[in-house]
Amino acid sequence: MASNGIRDRVAIVGMGCTPFGEHWDRSTDDLLIDATEQCFASTPSITAADVDAYWLGTMSSGQSGLVLSRPLRLDYKPVTRVENFCATGSEAFRNACYAVASGAYDRVMAVGVEKLKDSGYSGLVRSNSPSDGTAPENSLTAPAAFSLLDPAYCKKYDVDPADMREAMTHVAWKNHANGAKNPRAQFRKEVPKEKIASSPIVAGRLGVFDCSGVSDGSACALIVRAEEALDYTDRPMYVKGVAMVAGPASGTIDPAYDYTTFPEVAHCAADAYRQAGVTDPRTEISLAEVHDCFTPTEIVLMEDLGFSERGASWHDVLEGRFDLGGDLLAVNPDGGLKSFGHPVGASGLRMLFENWLQFRGEAGERQLDDPRLGLTHNLGGRPGTCVSFVAIVGRELG
Amino acid sequence: MTPMNGLLAYGAYIPRHRLQHAELGAALGTRPAPGSRSVASYDEDTTSLGVEAARRALAHGGGDGWDGFIYFATTAPAYADKTNATAIHAALDLGHRGFAVDLAGAARGGVGALRAAMTTGGLAVLADIRTGRPGSADERDGGDAAAAFLFGEGAEPIAVPIGQAAATAEFLDRWRAPGEAASSGWEERFGFESYLPLVKDAGARALERAGIEQADRVIVSSPSARTAAAAAKAFPARIPSELPAVGYAGAADLGVKLAAALDQAEPDETLLLISAADGCDAVVLRTTAALPRCRATEPASTQSAAARDVAYATFLTWRGVIEREAPRRPEPDRPAAPASARSESWKFGFVGSRCTECGRVHAPPTRVCSGCHAVDHMERAPLADKAGTIATYTVDRLAFSPSPPMIDAVVDFDGGGRCTLELADAVPEDVEIGTRVEMTFRRLYTTGGVHNYFWKARPVRNGQ
Repeated sequence: MASNGIRDRVAIVGMGCTPFGEHWDRSTDDLLIDATEQCFASTPSITAADVDAYWLGTMSSGQSGLVLSRPLRLDYKPVTRVENFCATGSEAFRNACYAVASGAYDRVMAVGVEKLKDSGYSGLVRSNSPSDGTAPENSLTAPAAFSLLDPAYCKKYDVDPADMREAMTHVAWKNHANGAKNPRAQFRKEVPKEKIASSPIVAGRLGVFDCSGVSDGSACALIVRAEEALDYTDRPMYVKGVAMVAGPASGTIDPAYDYTTFPEVAHCAADAYRQAGVTDPRTEISLAEVHDCFTPTEIVLMEDLGFSERGASWHDVLEGRFDLGGDLLAVNPDGGLKSFGHPVGASGLRMLFENWLQFRGEAGERQLDDPRLGLTHNLGGRPGTCVSFVAIVGRELG
Repeated sequence: MTPMNGLLAYGAYIPRHRLQHAELGAALGTRPAPGSRSVASYDEDTTSLGVEAARRALAHGGGDGWDGFIYFATTAPAYADKTNATAIHAALDLGHRGFAVDLAGAARGGVGALRAAMTTGGLAVLADIRTGRPGSADERDGGDAAAAFLFGEGAEPIAVPIGQAAATAEFLDRWRAPGEAASSGWEERFGFESYLPLVKDAGARALERAGIEQADRVIVSSPSARTAAAAAKAFPARIPSELPAVGYAGAADLGVKLAAALDQAEPDETLLLISAADGCDAVVLRTTAALPRCRATEPASTQSAAARDVAYATFLTWRGVIEREAPRRPEPDRPAAPASARSESWKFGFVGSRCTECGRVHAPPTRVCSGCHAVDHMERAPLADKAGTIATYTVDRLAFSPSPPMIDAVVDFDGGGRCTLELADAVPEDVEIGTRVEMTFRRLYTTGGVHNYFWKARPVRNGQ
């Protein structure tokens, strides 16, 4: 592998995260101010002026660093806006980490934001570059693209479609049950399995409850050099590994790809584990915030992230091994995209925020017993043609 | 009379869907009648119908070396101002040398395209979609179809023209202002009385030039049903031809019937074609010994048999008479002209690329090989005539589609290559992993007045 990694070189010393939801009364500016103010309130020794540089992640809520500098009235700071599909927020975080690790800056903030609910549509809407009109991405919706996993997975591993359906239902049920315990979640209610399994069909076998919601939100993280972390907080969160992969997008044109895995995620996870020195993710990772955009995605991700054997994740899911209190590790203890919706630029940082709360013992009803290492994961694009991000964070140095 | 080119190949295309007259009657509360009409799907227009017929005509490869002349006739052109035959030319992957022209507007264009191709050589493509006011005879008795005929100086024609004649007169029998969805007609008897002498005159002269008194088969087409019946009576055939239950197909009508007759004719038969539309054109063909070897691979009658009924409300929706509530998604962007021009051979011709270093097929074509990463070592990989197998699929109930739900499938082509494509002429029950598909040229959608043509996959009818 070609990454050197920045294990234990930088730490998060403050975070902010707005409630996610249909914020008809909050603008993009409001969300950015709310998230960053929350962060600064938790680290009284730092103000916006003390931050040396900012990285802003947003996919469609504005272009350029001005999206952040204008509402915060930042005085002549370097602000970089990044975009990398659904990994946009995580990409802002990754670049901010490198900015500190390189020594270029002492204090950097990564901010993510997305205001989706002003579009007038219930799903994600993205604008395409002018094209010849032949690409399936221009017409096939995201739930349809991810629903391709379901029949392919059943076929390859000879899984009874009824069992797969139950596993998909379990993913939604689990994440909503977790989200019910989270005051920041968009949906804070448990949903009975019968209701999930019989929800109106959107694409393939995916019903409404197999899809993550659409919401507005913002989250941010303040990053400093690890050795200075304790100057700002008594409970910092250390960055163990950050990995990112953009695939060759050949799955959609190569018959060898079988729509039962995301090779991008497998490559990305291997890099992140190596950087972090993780050799057995199933036992070493306490919690994983993964990209549950659609329920079959989470099932496949359990295998790509090394939490389940190939062809076995549907069974592990059904046995509750990734539930809060399950015997492996907690997956999406905060409720995931299922409960939070997916304000694209904010999601990656929202995932880090759950790790932050868990390590600090501030996760309330969701609090895990002695969590040490956590993982966040984003997937951007669709099966066969996507980007992936994996971060490993820890409560302690070393 | 200039020397005529021989008929080298032909093909017909009849859309999959039928509107039963009984369904029409039930929906409108009118007297139910037996029979049906063919219906172009929501994603078909006269250009795409023409492509499908032309592909069938050229399937034998009998067109090798032809000069790429295309005469395209329709009463329902997809575009005005812009030539529609160019899209057909591109979909046939004919390169940039050639001639492509529309004979658009009136039914007489059909026989006009045939006569032009006979004279100069080339492909006559006849396609039509017929509409009428709800409850009208035009709506009931019309039909959507296409046929194509390749003429040239090839060594082995399947039929040769041996006589033709024309008559022209100006009278108001049937008309339609540009943009109107239905045509109007004068009192039927007036048109009939006007046509009859023209038909008798042209028919007789054509037979005389052919040196025969009676033709073995007679093919009659006219927007005036009464005239057609009278013409058939005036020029009786020795051998009856069984015609597909399509309906009157406008500029394609004569062609569809000729194709059906050629499906059945034996060598050395004479065929009298009579088109009575704003005058009369009569052509006599004599079939040759080559005909049985070069018949259309998909006879019109078998296409007609493999039909699927549509509800009247669906028919009206497809023709734009009813605007149904669409899924709450933005309309797709219109295709960009420069991008479409750059990808002409992909978008219209469905030509991918094959790596000359490792053989991997790329659809759409790319410059860098996804297998061996060789750069600019690609050759053309035509995929339009390849069959494929569905690797996985979905039914997208959220996507924008002129006729939801949209079905998409990941298709692996025989001989290599994979592409995600919309399915055409399919319902969800038709599809599973392993389903065999063939390619068909369609109009995905129209935005901002721009038709987005591309290829779809269609479940193979007999599972070959």
